[in-house]
Amino acid sequence: MPDVHILVNEFVNQLKKRKIEGSQATAKQTAELLRSVISQQRVPQTNQATALINAVRAVGEKLIAANPVELAVGNIARRVLHIIREEDLSLATAAIAGLELSAVSDDEDDAERDDYPVLSAAAVAANARNTLRPPSLQTLLEDAPITAAIPHTSSSGGDSEGKSRSVDKGSRGRKLKHDVIEAVNELIQDISTCYEQIAEQAVEHIHQKQDRSLISGSDTLIWIFFPGEIALPSCKSMAEVFVLNVKQKRNGSSKTVLEFLCAAKEKKRSFKVFVAEGAPRYQGHLLAKELAARGLQTTVITDSAVFAMISRVNMVIVGAHAVMANGGVIAPVGLNMVALAAQRHAVPFVVLAGSHKLCPLYPHNPEVLLNELRSPSELLDFGEFSDCMDSASGGGSLHVVNPTFDYVPPKLVSLFITDTGGHNPSYMYRLIADYYSADDLVVKRRPAIGS
Amino acid sequence: MDIPRASHPVIDPKLRRVGFFDQPEPPHLPDSPPLDPVSSVIMPPPRLLSERTAAVPVPESRFRRHELDDQMPIGSYNPAGITISPTASITSSSAGIIDGEFSEDCSGTGWFRGSELSFPDGRLDLSAVKPHEVLAENRYDDAVNVNNLRGGTEKKHEAVKVCPDTPSVSQPLKAKTTKAERRALQEAQRAAKAASKANGSSAVAESGKASPAKSKKQSSQKKDGPPVMSSVTIDKKSGNHPSEKERKKDPPPQQMQFDDQNRVEKAKRRALVNQTEARNRVELFRHLPQYEHGAQLPNLESRFFQLDSIHPAVFKVGLRYMAGDISGVNARCTELLRALQNAIIDYSTPPEKVLIRDLTTKINSYVSFISECRPISISMGNAIRFVKNRIAKLPLSYIDAEAKAALCSDIDRFINEKIIIADKVIVGHATTKVRDGDVLLIYGLSCVVEMILLSAHDLGKKFRVVVVDSRPKFESQALLARLMAKGLSCTYTHINAVSYIIHEVTKVFLGASAVLSNGTVLSRIGTACIAMVAHEFRVPVLICCEAFKFHERVLLDSICCNELGDPDAVATVPGRMDINYLDNWTNKENLQLLNLMYDVTPSDYVSVIVTDHGMIPPTSVPVIVREYGQEHYIT
Repeated sequence: MPDVHILVNEFVNQLKKRKIEGSQATAKQTAELLRSVISQQRVPQTNQATALINAVRAVGEKLIAANPVELAVGNIARRVLHIIREEDLSLATAAIAGLELSAVSDDEDDAERDDYPVLSAAAVAANARNTLRPPSLQTLLEDAPITAAIPHTSSSGGDSEGKSRSVDKGSRGRKLKHDVIEAVNELIQDISTCYEQIAEQAVEHIHQKQDRSLISGSDTLIWIFFPGEIALPSCKSMAEVFVLNVKQKRNGSSKTVLEFLCAAKEKKRSFKVFVAEGAPRYQGHLLAKELAARGLQTTVITDSAVFAMISRVNMVIVGAHAVMANGGVIAPVGLNMVALAAQRHAVPFVVLAGSHKLCPLYPHNPEVLLNELRSPSELLDFGEFSDCMDSASGGGSLHVVNPTFDYVPPKLVSLFITDTGGHNPSYMYRLIADYYSADDLVVKRRPAIGS
Repeated sequence: MDIPRASHPVIDPKLRRVGFFDQPEPPHLPDSPPLDPVSSVIMPPPRLLSERTAAVPVPESRFRRHELDDQMPIGSYNPAGITISPTASITSSSAGIIDGEFSEDCSGTGWFRGSELSFPDGRLDLSAVKPHEVLAENRYDDAVNVNNLRGGTEKKHEAVKVCPDTPSVSQPLKAKTTKAERRALQEAQRAAKAASKANGSSAVAESGKASPAKSKKQSSQKKDGPPVMSSVTIDKKSGNHPSEKERKKDPPPQQMQFDDQNRVEKAKRRALVNQTEARNRVELFRHLPQYEHGAQLPNLESRFFQLDSIHPAVFKVGLRYMAGDISGVNARCTELLRALQNAIIDYSTPPEKVLIRDLTTKINSYVSFISECRPISISMGNAIRFVKNRIAKLPLSYIDAEAKAALCSDIDRFINEKIIIADKVIVGHATTKVRDGDVLLIYGLSCVVEMILLSAHDLGKKFRVVVVDSRPKFESQALLARLMAKGLSCTYTHINAVSYIIHEVTKVFLGASAVLSNGTVLSRIGTACIAMVAHEFRVPVLICCEAFKFHERVLLDSICCNELGDPDAVATVPGRMDINYLDNWTNKENLQLLNLMYDVTPSDYVSVIVTDHGMIPPTSVPVIVREYGQEHYIT
């Protein structure tokens, strides 16, 4: 346990000091941390799921408080919670199914349980399922046969201790934990591979679109907040690709770009990429360097030239910091401008985002509330302006504003490409429902309130 | 405003042009009146013709006459010009004679004494104006023919008589006094010439041949040849009033396209500054000059004493341009004009040359030198055109000293009226739009905008300024420091954050490099982004721009006409040593850096343009260009 506390505190510190940048890195580390929290959490005999949920929620709350604008933390915490609920549910269903079987063979159990109102128990299970799962067609279909098939059953797993299960208890507790950890591992895996998956789609887009086409995904630098990403299209002769704020990944993930390039090259597509610098972080420089090193015709432009150049571009591909439930995007600063320019010139504006960037919250005043102001030293040399500030003491005052993020409203986004495929902004809410439990959305910050 | 606007229908070159083209009548060439500059300014016959041919009802023409009378003061800024017109027109009759001879050589200076002044003027007019003028005249003649069935020389008198009380006061005067003799002389002379040439344009070419200086200019105009050419306006030399027609008929000369190998080669041969081509050029901008920046500076500096052909003052300005010491159209324009002024003061007409022509050549070479150092911006072209027009219109009787004095005072007046006073007027207009509690967003480095802010501050208005800056120049930092020093409250941010800061902004003030006649604003790169975001967030955008920056060109995007800055500036970030990914970028063949200097803001993002003529919507720009544009060249 102390280990976990130490780990958590360390991570919280890092978040507070903004040492970890990039939603992918944050997401991954959060998931790993929560995994160790789960594995070290002592699981009581009963209510194991609740215990896990509470533990995760407590940690998650701390992490979120440490860096409220890094939505990936909250996203991952919610997903872990969702995983726990799902696993619990599936265990419960399995147990119920098992009970059913055993009920057939073991009447004694059945007899003991007769005093429980059968229907109400089934109803409880169904309710539990409903709350745990999004209301999908599958759930609805599952529900009917199960309730019908189990006329007699005890209340489901975590809530009751049937004598019959006493034997299972130990193993079940371990099983739940084990399953959850497995699932979290998968999540971590997903996070680290999401860019490959996105990039694969990019290659598909190229196939489909032949000459005109498009994309590569890429992503994020680890320590960078901006995820910029990338790439673009080419048009027949003057093929050009516009790459904005792309971010590269550090290691393996750069494969995506590579794959994309190889694919593009093999097909002899000639296309070019424009990379905006992405002041004040200048990730565009790094990206451009990488792209050029891989043989792509790359042109670096200043951010202010975006409007001028965008008329010659076939597609704008960018990375995102987070995708909100309404389809809005929290993106590196400057992208709102780019999106507006793209709209003006009717250039498709494609946002690449891993599923860990999907945030189940709806933004309110995101420009301010989901933003972060960074050090003025990135813009102004304090040395030069300290004089002004002195002389200005008579009346003038100087504020330097250096926001980190921009909010791009959904209407400006043409398409989201995530690791699960391409989606419209208006579909985001539904996608989010697949990944998160409704229970976790708000509760996050008020753990005291029960699920 | 009303009056000039109403006069538009009179000048409707396009319509008539169609008709003219299918009846070329070279023999009529002689008809083209060897207008002296002044008279042509006031009321060229073609204008009347247009009325006639258009079958405009009589009353309207009378109405128009008043307009024209009113217009006169505007058009003929220089009263001296008017008074001189009679003499000029008389002497111009001899111009025709000289014409032929001059091609051989300029003979004795003494011989010139009398005629030299008139001669160049006449020639200028002819070459510049002739083709259209002639066509118009022909047309007129035809019309007269049909109506009156008269012919021969009478016709010409008829031309005058038919509209006996032509609006312009001086025109009938001039026409009557000189007409007969002048016509006779010229007719004889030109008949030969005309015969040799099929049409008017070749006549121009020929006339160009006759006078070397002229020919250079002409050819440049016709074929957009000279290297230097980068400014449209350089070769717009036709200065007199008919030129308005002409300008409208002629598509604006093309800019030098640097992807044209032949021309580039030619240009290089002529260039004084041997710019080395930049490596890793951006394909999309092949048509623009892409040179290594700064490389030539030391070289040029060392040649300071060798380049005799360039006046030191001009040379200095050129170097400062190249080094980037001067930025901002106003400053560049002023410096250039001052340099030209110095050059003019030190100028003395070489023996056997004519001041007007020789000086024009000189100015051309200066301008081409300057534009080699740094491409001339569109609105600077207006200033240069102004100078050339003043030279072209110098009364022939002036001696060097007079001419130089006149030019210098003209230039002074231009700087004063078009820049300094215009700025004051703009400041006066714009400060009325600043209210207490406003948050004003400014971008780039515009001296007018700065003056507006300071003036509003002095007036005691309480407002806050958001200074937006951008890479790679960070120009606004200097501005920020100055504003801070004056005690204004400032917020500083970079262009990417504009959509964050725009929520608090109530007005956006922007400067401009040029305003084009389709209402688009050519300005520092990034201005379009700012205007777009402001428009999106419903914040009014005020463009502050002197009227001399208005230009008749149109642009739709920022690609076709632009200037490329030093790409190395993009690679490095001052003060951020950690950003060094792009070091040695020239070694990577796939990597280019693009440092655009200007972009084009669509007119729908602009709420109002504040000029010295008042606050106008962008749709009114062509009106200003049309009605007041002449002033630049005439006054």
